[in-house]
Formats: sequence, structure tokens, C-alpha cells
Amino acid sequence: MIQLRGRVIFRGKARGQALVSTTPIGFLGGVDPATGVVVESGHSLQGQCVAGRVLVFPTGKGSTVGSYTLYRLARSGLAPAAILNARSEAIVAVGAIISGIPMLDQVDIAQIATGDTLEIDGDTVTIGRSGTQEKHEDIKPQRHKGMT
Amino acid sequence: MQLTAEERAMLAGAEGPAVQKAMQIVTALGEIYGAEGLVPIGSAQIAGVSFKNLGDAGLEFLEEWAAQGARVRVPAFMNPAGMDLQRWREMGLSAEFAQKQQRVVAALQAMGVEPTCTCTPYLVGHVPRAGEHLSWSESSAVSYANSVLGARSNREGGPSALAAAITGRTAAYGLHLDANRRPTHWVEVRCPLRSEADYGALGYWVGRQVGDGVPYLRLQDRDVRAAPPRQEHLMALGAAMAASGAVALYHVEDVTPQARVVATFAAPSGVPTTAVVTTHLPTLVVDDLSTAYAALDSPLDPIDFVSLGCPHSTLADVARTAELLRGKRVRTTLWITTSHGVRERAEREGLVAPIEAAGGHVFADTCLVVAPMEELGFKAMATNSAKAAFYAPSHSGLQCRFGTLEQCIAAALSGHWPGPPAEGSARS
Repeated sequence: MIQLRGRVIFRGKARGQALVSTTPIGFLGGVDPATGVVVESGHSLQGQCVAGRVLVFPTGKGSTVGSYTLYRLARSGLAPAAILNARSEAIVAVGAIISGIPMLDQVDIAQIATGDTLEIDGDTVTIGRSGTQEKHEDIKPQRHKGMT
Repeated sequence: MQLTAEERAMLAGAEGPAVQKAMQIVTALGEIYGAEGLVPIGSAQIAGVSFKNLGDAGLEFLEEWAAQGARVRVPAFMNPAGMDLQRWREMGLSAEFAQKQQRVVAALQAMGVEPTCTCTPYLVGHVPRAGEHLSWSESSAVSYANSVLGARSNREGGPSALAAAITGRTAAYGLHLDANRRPTHWVEVRCPLRSEADYGALGYWVGRQVGDGVPYLRLQDRDVRAAPPRQEHLMALGAAMAASGAVALYHVEDVTPQARVVATFAAPSGVPTTAVVTTHLPTLVVDDLSTAYAALDSPLDPIDFVSLGCPHSTLADVARTAELLRGKRVRTTLWITTSHGVRERAEREGLVAPIEAAGGHVFADTCLVVAPMEELGFKAMATNSAKAAFYAPSHSGLQCRFGTLEQCIAAALSGHWPGPPAEGSARS
């Protein structure tokens, strides 16, 4: 079990499976507000749904109207469970605040892999790697999950 | 971050959930950008008014915040909407769009935001004082307030400007602080600048080079020094730099109010200012504007749409247009976009009638950058705005001819782009 610390942008508790992007996310035009699916062409998360996941990405990008896309996702129950950034900026921060999505920045996001079970409480992120205690088996439980 | 007792109470919810949410936004941005505290603001200019950009998500949010009891506590005014609030049928827009747009304006009005619907609030009575802290959001308005009026505003997003209006405060970072208002680039402009299009082209090029820097421009051409830039020129210059780059503040030597002050920051006493600044800053030299024109001006024919007024036209520009159109008839659709304040004055002074008699339209409250142009089916546009020419291909799906107001009027009258400006090429 690993614990990471971050800076609170919007305080809250959340639990969910990590969905990790190594590149910035722009919500306006980048995530479909009706489905929660990343639609930006060529994006590393294209086709993945952000709903209920702990969305982990370096920073935001694009139009400031993207804050409202997050709000719309939240209204439809399709918002991420929480957001973790390396470096926060205004668009995603404002979106998280108006939508009530727990958010931290200054998080060492390289420690987190897609599929990790994350627990966010205040400024602390706890990484649980379900089904395995050994780091080198990280990939395995994800494969199992895919099959069940 | 240091908060006053009153600010802490707002954050804790003492003034209700609407104010609490606004204070959460203001303080979170302060934390993110390293502010030491908040400052009271004189006014807020709220972008994110056009339903085209807001969508249902933004509309729902604004209606909900208004219903929660959010009210502005400083003068706050709206950026352009997606349509002329009165003449949207004349624009050719659908009732469905108009109805959603009216709901956006109503939600903002319920919060106390004035429906000025302009990117030029400084032309209709909202002129900030030098040194006054603001939360303005439209990029050309921010640039004008900082650079030409000497006020202090960051480029806010729509929700953050509204949060600042609701709390009456913004976080003191970025351009609120002296240290960040000093020039980062020295720009030697050696070519002539003969029109608002030339100033826009210059702004387009400089914005591309300096990104979010603070350029210090020195206009060296003899004719330019003899006849310094007019208000419309500075509006075009700043709007273009804010569009192609993210320039929120610029200085023009001997023209903008803080140019002398910022130059002395960099210069030890007794040393000629310009020499010192030149030595310490990256220097750009502009010998001609042909690269900028080539990027903004596509060879299109025929023209079916001519758009003037980005930023919103001044009264003087409406008068120039009226003069050029008097007794003539346009062959293309012609829009002059402005604030309703300026439109009403123009109407009183008899300047709208000759434009309408020639078949042109003077629309208030909107512009082609935020209107749903894709609903209208135009193919080839002409404009005198470098900002509009920069945004039209991506925002409106329109390719552009770009040149002077006179060239644009000639295109409106003939349906074809005329040759280069008569008196010496502006594109030497």
C-alpha cells in the first residue's frame, strides 16, 4: 500500500479505479458530456469512459468553457469520482469546484497506474493494488478484471 | 494565503452556498497561482455568454447558481452573446438558439450582471481607473484595460470572473502584481503602420512570437511617430496579440501609460532606458508585415460575407462605414457588430440609416466569433480584424480575406476583393 500526498483543490472523500492519462485533458470537445467518453481524436484515453473513475492526468488544457463540461458530467452522474493532477490550472480546478468533484494537485502521478484502486481522503491518496501484494504482478489483476 | 475574517466567513458558508462556491473558486485559484491574499475588484466582465460556447451545461450551471441566490457585489457586465438580442431574426438564426441564448442572459441578469454584451465595455461607460483591480475575461478587453487604461486584470475564465463579481474579490497574482507587468520582449517595429489591419497584422505576428509574454513595442517608422496609433489601432493590435498568443498586457513606447514606468523598472538611473531594456530582453525586429498577411489573408473569390467590428466598432468606425456606403448598394451580406450603446448613439446621429439603406446590417450584442455562424452557410468572408481572421477558420468554418476597412467595403459593394490599398502598399 502506497500513500501519496497532494494539495487540496476541492476537499472530499472518494474511492475508485484509476484511469491514467500521461497527456493533458481538455474537456470542451475532448470528453462527450452525454456519455463521459473521451472523444479527442488521438488522445491516449480515446474511447475510455471517465465516469466513476479517479481521473489522473498531468494538467488541463483548452477552452475555459470546459469547466462547464465537467459540471454537465456531474449532473448526469458521469463525472469522475475524483481528479488528481500533477499541476492544476483554472479550467479543471473551477470545473471540479462547481461540480463538487474531490480534486488534488501536486500529486506524484507517475506512481499511479490505470486500474489501481485509489482512495482519496483530504490531501491523501492511498493506492491499493487489488489482488496482488507484489509490484511486479501489477499487470495481472487488470487482465483478470478484463475477463470477468 | 491570508484571508480576512469576512473572507473566511464567506468560505465557511456564512453568506450561503452561492457565495461559498464563489469564494471556493476565488481562493482555489489563489492557491494554485501562489497568491498571498485577495484584493477588492472595481468591476468584472463576464465571458461565456454565447450559448454556442456555453452549451446546455453552462446554461444549467448559470441558472442553478442564480437560483441558489448568487448576486454580484461589484459592477459586472456581459461579453457578447451569440446574437443581437433584438435583431436575431434579421441575422437568420433559429428560434431554438435564440430561446437558449435568452435564458443565458436572463440567468446572468438575475445575478445582477448588466446585459452590455460587448467586448468593449470601456466604450460604453465602464472605464476602469489606472491601477484599479479588475476581473475581466474577454481577452481583447483585458488587454485594453491593462495596456491602454493601466488597470490590472488577469485573463479570467467566465466562471472565475463571475465568482470574483459575487465575492467582490480576486486573488492577487499575475498581472495584479507590479513584478509581472514588466516587459519580457523588446519589439522594434520598423515598417509603416497605415491602417487598423496593419496594426492587427503586427499584433498577430507579435502574439505568435511572445506567447503569454509582455511585449514592449517601439514604433520607429517616421510617419507612425508623427501620427501615433488611434484608439481603433490599439484595439486591433491588442485583440490580435491576445488571439494568436495570450498577451494580456503590452506597452507601446510614448503611447501607453505604463510604458515609461515599466522601462524604468529595468533601467538603472542615468542609463538611457531603451538601451538597457534592449540589452536585457529578447529582441524581435519587424521589418514588414507580409508573413502576417500571408497567414491571415487567403485568396478567395467571390466574397459572400463581410464582417466589421471585432472588437466591437467604435462610433468613429460606424461613421467611416456609413460614409463609404452612402448612396450605394452592397452585393454581399455585410455585418457591422458593436455594442448596443454605440449602436443607439449611431442611430441618433443618423449613421445607421445609410448603412441599412445600402443593404448592410448594424448588429449589437454579438460578433462572428461567438455567433453560431455554421447555421448561416456563408462561404467566403472578408474582415478588417486580424483577430476575426485568426478565429474564423476554426470557430466558424470560414476562410477569410483580410485587409483594411476600405477594402472590406469595396468587397461588400462588388462581391470581389479589391487590389491592395491605393496609397502605397500597406504590405511593403
